[in-house]
Amino acid sequence: MYVAVKGGEAAIDNAHRLLADRRRADRAVPALTLDQIAGQLALGVDRVMAEGSLYDRRLAALAVKQARGDLIEAIFLVRAFRTTLPRFGASEPVDTGAMLVERRISACYKDLPGGQLLGPTFDYTHRLLDEALDGDEPVEEGLLADAEGEAVARVTDILGGEGLIEEQVAADAEPGDVNQTPLEFPLSRAMRLQSLARGDEGFLLALGYSTQRGYARSHPFAGEIRIGEVDVEVVLPELGFAVPVGRVQLTECQMVNQFKGSAAAPPQFTRGYGLVFGQSERKAMAMALCDRALRAGELGEDMVAPAQDEEFVLSHCDNVQATGFVEHLKLPHYVDFQAELGLVRTMRAEYEARAGEAEAATREAAE
Amino acid sequence: MTADHRTQTYNFAYLDEQTKRMIRRAILKAIAIPGYQVPFASREMPMPYGWGTGGVQVTAAILGPEDVLKVIDQGADDTTNAVSIRKFFQRVAGVATTTRTAEATVIQTRHRIPETPLAAGQVLVYQVPIPEPLRFLEPRETETRKMHALEEYGLMHVKLYEDIARNGHIATTYAYPVKVEGRYVMDPSPIPKFDNPKTHMSPALQLFGAGREKRIYALPPHTNVVSLDFEDHPFEVQRFDQPCALCGAGGVYLDEVVLDDRGGRMFVCSDTDHCETRRAAGHRGALAAEAAQ
Repeated sequence: MYVAVKGGEAAIDNAHRLLADRRRADRAVPALTLDQIAGQLALGVDRVMAEGSLYDRRLAALAVKQARGDLIEAIFLVRAFRTTLPRFGASEPVDTGAMLVERRISACYKDLPGGQLLGPTFDYTHRLLDEALDGDEPVEEGLLADAEGEAVARVTDILGGEGLIEEQVAADAEPGDVNQTPLEFPLSRAMRLQSLARGDEGFLLALGYSTQRGYARSHPFAGEIRIGEVDVEVVLPELGFAVPVGRVQLTECQMVNQFKGSAAAPPQFTRGYGLVFGQSERKAMAMALCDRALRAGELGEDMVAPAQDEEFVLSHCDNVQATGFVEHLKLPHYVDFQAELGLVRTMRAEYEARAGEAEAATREAAE
Repeated sequence: MTADHRTQTYNFAYLDEQTKRMIRRAILKAIAIPGYQVPFASREMPMPYGWGTGGVQVTAAILGPEDVLKVIDQGADDTTNAVSIRKFFQRVAGVATTTRTAEATVIQTRHRIPETPLAAGQVLVYQVPIPEPLRFLEPRETETRKMHALEEYGLMHVKLYEDIARNGHIATTYAYPVKVEGRYVMDPSPIPKFDNPKTHMSPALQLFGAGREKRIYALPPHTNVVSLDFEDHPFEVQRFDQPCALCGAGGVYLDEVVLDDRGGRMFVCSDTDHCETRRAAGHRGALAAEAAQ
């Protein structure tokens, strides 16, 4: 006997209740605090801040907790919150040259003013599971260099001093805002960089990787990667000058790429740029590779690979959009499926009628 | 549901007033150019992209406290996503809701147009996944915008012709392209082509919102909407061999329900409100008595 599918409302309520129950898991185990998440799962929280486009560690930690550790879900929660916030205006461009670096490395020079500063990196750890972390053994304080906190010259500025890298001219115009304007291609580089800055780390990583494997090769050198805090300054109309309103931690990657020259311009290296909230070196590097690949048109290079295709890259790099549309396939599609079912049945009936006719004709011919 | 249940943290109908103004401007432009896709700065919504964020933003932008909202998905008021969106507006706007098509002032829908003819003053808001009718023929937005600007729709006719050449039919059964006022080719959203004729000369305002793709388009009341076809292959809608098994309605769109694993099937109205209203009026289908048990 048929009972019409009813009770969607009760089903949803019950599903949410079960979700809350599963999120809390074993009640005998203390609940995670936001401080624990923000402090001890800091890189996950940083990713949520970066791709959620909201610099707030507490909210990002809350989102990670609410999402049961599903970072894309957490990013979605943060985005849905930030969209309700009023937009006051744009800050002054942050000066990453004045960054208080905690990590700063260059793959171009063995030594350079300011030195190589490894900072808190996984780079030279051996990836051996450390059972000691199952407990809570005391951990030594980190040692910091004396020079920590001093501004360090950017590698690209060192190259720029010799004119060996393309110059970048500061734009005075207020940059566009991907939140306030729909993407209309081609985009300005500022808008492109905004999209990349909050693009999915995995997607950009794969695309950046593809450029290294010959799909739009750009001969990149990690000119410099730096992680640290910078002041954010805002011009207040009442004062008429910029005042710092806070500090944010950023990861910046400047790729130095394949040189280019012409009869009119001497050979120069080109740039790819990555900038991400928090500590996220992989994302910053992938972003820099993608930015460089996307400059193919501007630099007059052949368009041969997906990473160079602005519409392809930027229409698909947002994981909140991607996950929503992929997962919407879970929603009912009975009506459209019914329409397809009807058509397939009609076509099969016609096919069988034709096959029957053909068979009858063969039989007649044989008789 | 009354205003008392509103969540005070958010503005009426969730979106802030500047965002609503921006969306209303896009809607007005869309109404002024029927069938033209107007880009708008779509916001992140607290439900996922692809789950009706475009429709929700349009609804949020046009909703007033006096409105009566109906939300359907696949023609039904009780499908989970319809329930979820209706609850969202109850919570953030505190508006009255209904399942009755005739009583609603705003109807948000996914994949269907109600069977009950719409009246002047009603607004039908469609959730749109891919607003671009040419998208699967040409993936690039830069190209398709040009094609619309130049009214270059040959590719679409070639596609429909190829369907006929290969299958003997136009193999598009839903999201069937239409031409609006003899100008723009438009995707009516994934409604079955059965519903296409209802868009033509409708006295209601029809608004289409695509959140992820950031486009809004519209059919103002009494707009000429023609489904694309050929003289020798005229546009046809789906027909069902039997009436609704519950309310006996013919000439409506039916859902197929699998009854058992031995090939048992029944066909029931996809529009639950239409079906319930008819049953309340005493109409009975072949399996109605059984189903009532």
